[in-house]
Amino acid sequence: MTAQSPILTVSNASKEFDVSAPWLNRVLERKPKLFVKAVDDVSFTVPRGSCFSIVGESGCGKSTVARLVTGLYATTAGDIRFSAGSGGEPVRVQMIFQDPHSSLNPRWRVGDIIAEPIREMKLRASEAETRERVEELLSTVGLAADDARNYPHEFSGGQRQRISIARALASEPELLVCDEPTSALDVSVQAQILNLMRRLQQELGLTYLFISHDLSVVRHMSDTIAVMYLGRIVEMGPAESLFNAPQHPYSRLLLGTIPDIHAPHRDRALQSGEPPSPLDPPLGCAFHPRCALANERCGRDLPELLSVGAATVRCHAVEEGRAQETSVSEAV
Amino acid sequence: MMMQAVSPPDPTPDAAALGAEAVLEVSNLTVEFPTRRGVLTAIDNVSMQIAPGEILGVVGESGAGKSITGLAVLGLLEAPGRIAGGEIHVAGRRIDMLSEDELTKVRGREMGAIFQDPLTALNPLFTIGVQLVETIRLHSGLSKEAARDRALTLLREVGIPAPRERLSQYPHQFSGGMRQRVVIALALAAEPALIIADEPTTALDVSIQAQITALLRRLCKDHRTGVMLVTHDMGVIAETADRVAVMYSGRMVETGRVKDVIHDAQHPYTKGLMAAIPSLHERVETLTQIDGAMPRLNARPEGCAFNPRCPMAGPRCRRENPVLAPAGRNQAACFLHDGGTE
Ligand SMILES: Nc1ncnc2c1ncn2[C@@H]1O[C@H](COP(=O)(O)OP(=O)(O)OP(=O)(O)O)[C@@H](O)[C@H]1O
Ligand SMILES: Nc1ncnc2c1ncn2[C@@H]1O[C@H](COP(=O)(O)OP(=O)(O)O)[C@@H](O)[C@H]1O
Ligand code: SF4
Ligand code: SF4
Ligand SMILES: [Mg+2]
Ligand SMILES: [Mg+2]
Repeated sequence: MTAQSPILTVSNASKEFDVSAPWLNRVLERKPKLFVKAVDDVSFTVPRGSCFSIVGESGCGKSTVARLVTGLYATTAGDIRFSAGSGGEPVRVQMIFQDPHSSLNPRWRVGDIIAEPIREMKLRASEAETRERVEELLSTVGLAADDARNYPHEFSGGQRQRISIARALASEPELLVCDEPTSALDVSVQAQILNLMRRLQQELGLTYLFISHDLSVVRHMSDTIAVMYLGRIVEMGPAESLFNAPQHPYSRLLLGTIPDIHAPHRDRALQSGEPPSPLDPPLGCAFHPRCALANERCGRDLPELLSVGAATVRCHAVEEGRAQETSVSEAV
Repeated sequence: MMMQAVSPPDPTPDAAALGAEAVLEVSNLTVEFPTRRGVLTAIDNVSMQIAPGEILGVVGESGAGKSITGLAVLGLLEAPGRIAGGEIHVAGRRIDMLSEDELTKVRGREMGAIFQDPLTALNPLFTIGVQLVETIRLHSGLSKEAARDRALTLLREVGIPAPRERLSQYPHQFSGGMRQRVVIALALAAEPALIIADEPTTALDVSIQAQITALLRRLCKDHRTGVMLVTHDMGVIAETADRVAVMYSGRMVETGRVKDVIHDAQHPYTKGLMAAIPSLHERVETLTQIDGAMPRLNARPEGCAFNPRCPMAGPRCRRENPVLAPAGRNQAACFLHDGGTE
């Protein structure tokens, strides 16, 4: 059950990266400065104790949102606000990354990796208590107390992701930002980690901002889902309604093309083009070059976010009531 | 090759019915890596067959031996890796004994390869046109003009818009999805009997992935090319393959038609694997999980390699190594289907 008070509120957040060639090259080749708008006017709220997920294809800005929320990047515009934490002090935020290999210091023993935030933040009074806490964390994520003595390379990918989770939990966070936490893992191990994350959420009352390109994983984890395309949220709503009745043509394309072991759509010719370059996004609705419902207005005006039932959708066809006429399979 | 009989009503013939017409026949393949601490058996006694126009999916966890199987067939195992046993026949000809020169010829003419990263297959210094025309001429003896026409046809076939203009462009001027289409065109250029595709869509986005798997499937049916599709993604197998071979720790543990393996798996590992995939259609509280992880090659347990993780394991599983035997509509290497686990 999710309390309604948001733990995180993101309002009109944008992030621009300067990807220009070095100054001298620009002068010599007479090239202008070049910017990528990785995140463009993104707003959402995450209720305490829930799981809010962001999906979309690579480069659409998911990781950039995660890094804005965790403060690894500063916003170019807009703002990101946390409510007060449960004890009145600021909400603690931690991040879990895709590749547990590169996010763990290879020269440190696992026990020290997990103990670092505890020592840093002086969360335990003595070294003995710290060690006790590390053992407790290891057992929480399904590892043995003995594992504290070993180095990260001695563990499998799934075990390393458990270590990352233990370290993230060490600072007693309320919000965990997880960027593709299981994408580097095999399915049988992925199931172990997803089950662990769900259990921790219930036991510790954690809130997740969850990022993945795998829609079946997202379906399993989320209460609310935002679909991003080229830096913008194009549809956002409760997981159930997004999966059962996607509104935006891009959400439909995504749902229509994910491989489904139970209902393969083999032999269907898919002519849906490719995502455009973020350096040169199309005018109007960024999806219009690939959209079967695009009309002249779509190539000119950016659609506004519009409430449709429980969801919000950014699409002219939905607004004009044209979206329902075409079935999903015809649209892609 | 044998004369083609009247085409069977079922497009996916059983392995047993393939006989001499198979484009690939691997029997009892064993691949070893000698290391300082002893010989590692990466592939242990694996057999498979692929018919013309058939797609065999090879699926398994990271390190299960999928890629090594494909590389062994292509004759591209890197030293010290070596084929330590078994036979490989491509288009009716035994190839595992051939010299490097002869193998290079067979590889060019009878086998195409598609890898995860299309850039490894394309030379950055030459235009797409030059690379296609070269490959076609090398294996067909066509004139330059005829080869160019054939290259255009191929590019059109793999769905490259404006192929004439594209011929004069370099690989870096193509997007990831378009590059993979070009690689497919290159793989088809010599009209090979067999294509080995190792994770061909893993680096691509889902919407592009669907385009590429659909393309691969259509082309292999049209050209009657056999495909070994190596992937860790069961979804891709479901979309693309006719039959599937499930690998675990260097061994084949189950094989059968895709729908039979997905819906009616017989091996405890395959069952666990299918149940561990989150469903798109319903949300469950807890996913079925297989505890533990696949053993490393140097720590493969005695008997059935799956026994430490298997809920059904009995004493025999820790003693003997099961081999493929009929199980339901599939073949599974498990004593539950072959005399019991006691
Ligand atoms: N040069 C080598 N020396 C020793 N062992 C090797 C070598 N190359 C591969 N192996 C081992 O052979 C086994 C099979 O490797 P392979 O690359 O076929 O796995 P895979 O199933 O393709 O995995 P992935 O899904 O990660 O690509 C692995 O255990 C691997 O560690
Ligand atoms: N540090 C950076 N410098 C320049 N461009 C970046 C940087 N990080 C991300 N980008 C660009 O911003 C866009 C969104 O990237 P990202 O958030 O990583 O996407 P996702 O996580 O959805 O795959 C991409 O076009 C990417 O190339
Ligand atoms: S706004 Fe127009 S182009 Fe964009 S998704 Fe809707 S119909 Fe398609
Ligand atoms: S042989 Fe035994 S251990 Fe192996 S899968 Fe079958 S029951 Fe399990
Ligand atoms: Mg990312
Ligand atoms: Mg591989």
